[in-house]
Amino acid sequence: MRIALRIALAASAALLTLGVAQAQEKTLRIGTEGAYPPFNNLTADGQLVGFDIDIAKALCDEMKVKCTFVAQDWDGIIPALQAGKFDAIVASMSITPERAEKVDFTHKYYNTPSALAAPKDTTLKGVTKEDLAGKTVGVATTTTHFNYASKTYTDSTIKGYPSSPEEQADLANGRLDAIEDDIVVLSQWLDTPDGACCKILGTPNPQPVEIFGPGAGIAVRKGETDLVNQFNAAIDAIRANGKYKEINDKYFKFDVYGGES
Amino acid sequence: MSVTAAIVERPPPQARGWPRSRIIGYALVSLWIAFGLGIVAYLVFAWNAEFFAKYAPAYLKGLEVTLSLVAISMVLGAILSVPVAYGRMSKNPVLSGLAYCYVYFFRGTPLLVQTFLVYYGLGSFRPELQTIGLWWFFREAFYCGVFAFALNTAAYQAEILRGAIESVPRGQWEGAASLGLHKLQTLRKIILPQALIVALRPYGNELILMIKASAIVAIITVYDLMGQAKLAFANSFDIQAYIWVAIVYLVMVEILRHAIEWIERRITIHLKR
Repeated sequence: MRIALRIALAASAALLTLGVAQAQEKTLRIGTEGAYPPFNNLTADGQLVGFDIDIAKALCDEMKVKCTFVAQDWDGIIPALQAGKFDAIVASMSITPERAEKVDFTHKYYNTPSALAAPKDTTLKGVTKEDLAGKTVGVATTTTHFNYASKTYTDSTIKGYPSSPEEQADLANGRLDAIEDDIVVLSQWLDTPDGACCKILGTPNPQPVEIFGPGAGIAVRKGETDLVNQFNAAIDAIRANGKYKEINDKYFKFDVYGGES
Repeated sequence: MSVTAAIVERPPPQARGWPRSRIIGYALVSLWIAFGLGIVAYLVFAWNAEFFAKYAPAYLKGLEVTLSLVAISMVLGAILSVPVAYGRMSKNPVLSGLAYCYVYFFRGTPLLVQTFLVYYGLGSFRPELQTIGLWWFFREAFYCGVFAFALNTAAYQAEILRGAIESVPRGQWEGAASLGLHKLQTLRKIILPQALIVALRPYGNELILMIKASAIVAIITVYDLMGQAKLAFANSFDIQAYIWVAIVYLVMVEILRHAIEWIERRITIHLKR
């Protein structure tokens, strides 16, 4: 009888500690796109890699939580967050007022400008509305670049694509006169054999903050202020302890964080 | 004989009271009704005049694109299906082999894949297409969509046509031949009128399937109904964008369904007693 009691006690104690351990080892599910190299990309064997992924891992280490990653099409990434498919979006999402109505954002974790690319033999001289009048511009939909292009290039035909690789393929095919995207994403593509057709045409100037926002932030469901605060503290921490710079230098020759805002 | 004739098979008598299957049936139907009412209630509750004013014109434009895409593809497909159906019924092994492979490929692969192959696949052969002077056609996403859809539906329509023609008994051909009718005359005046009654329903189904499948062109940058819905969603992050588009598709399909039923009632009037 006494032995049985002892075993039962030991077992329940073990269960209790296990429960506590599990509570501490909370897993956070991170949603990302996987079609936006070098920020996030799915490799041929199904691994998610890129700047966003490394930053997210560093933040999770900092916050002492276990993180798993989920790849999700860009179009549906906010609804998927709201539906609880994951807990945070780390996918180079620009902090814009329209999105901020649906999700809560952290501070920015990087900020790079928007740019246009065109074939090397293009006759285009610049990136103003007049330069692109009558031309066809390709942009990935549901992006700040798309919002900017459709508001600015009102005399051009704007074609919407599900993600960056499609718009790049169509520029190389010759269906488009130009594409607009993040300058880092464009530069990376131009360095590949597929991008050899084309060059950077220029960066729109000025880049209105009401369209592009202050930079890319991490999105969480509305009202999860604790999580936002944890992420913000972690961003500040990796900025301070050199981890951010280490990841930055792994991918880029320049500082993607941009100016302090 | 008279004894067996007296035993008429009747349907089983109506079940009385509340057997389990009836309870389950009522429960499921009321679940669906509740679901439908829920959507209606949501739309009334979430009614957003601003959203409607902003995007309704775009939806109408998208509807126009969808309808013209499907109409053009269906007509081109119908024309193309005639030689394919002829090939399928031909005794010439080369012809029937070619037609078989065509139908096999287009019915065996997803329309999405075919559309991608035409748009991005052929798109990468621009220099070659330019030399033969076809680039102007394949440059436009809408034409690429029409091209892929027409080829796809031609395969299905060829099978519908073949099945319908083969469903007419051989005796009809033989009877016409004994009256001295030419083969083409037989086909036009005797076989096809009977075959097309059989083919009407499958044709209607194919049309409905095409309308729904046409949403695929939204991902090759055509702003059809679905493309406009995606755009509206991208700008508003409001799920209404997709609910409305579903309702528009539903209304289209419902109208078509009734139209086809009406046509069928008209053309089978002589078969009813």
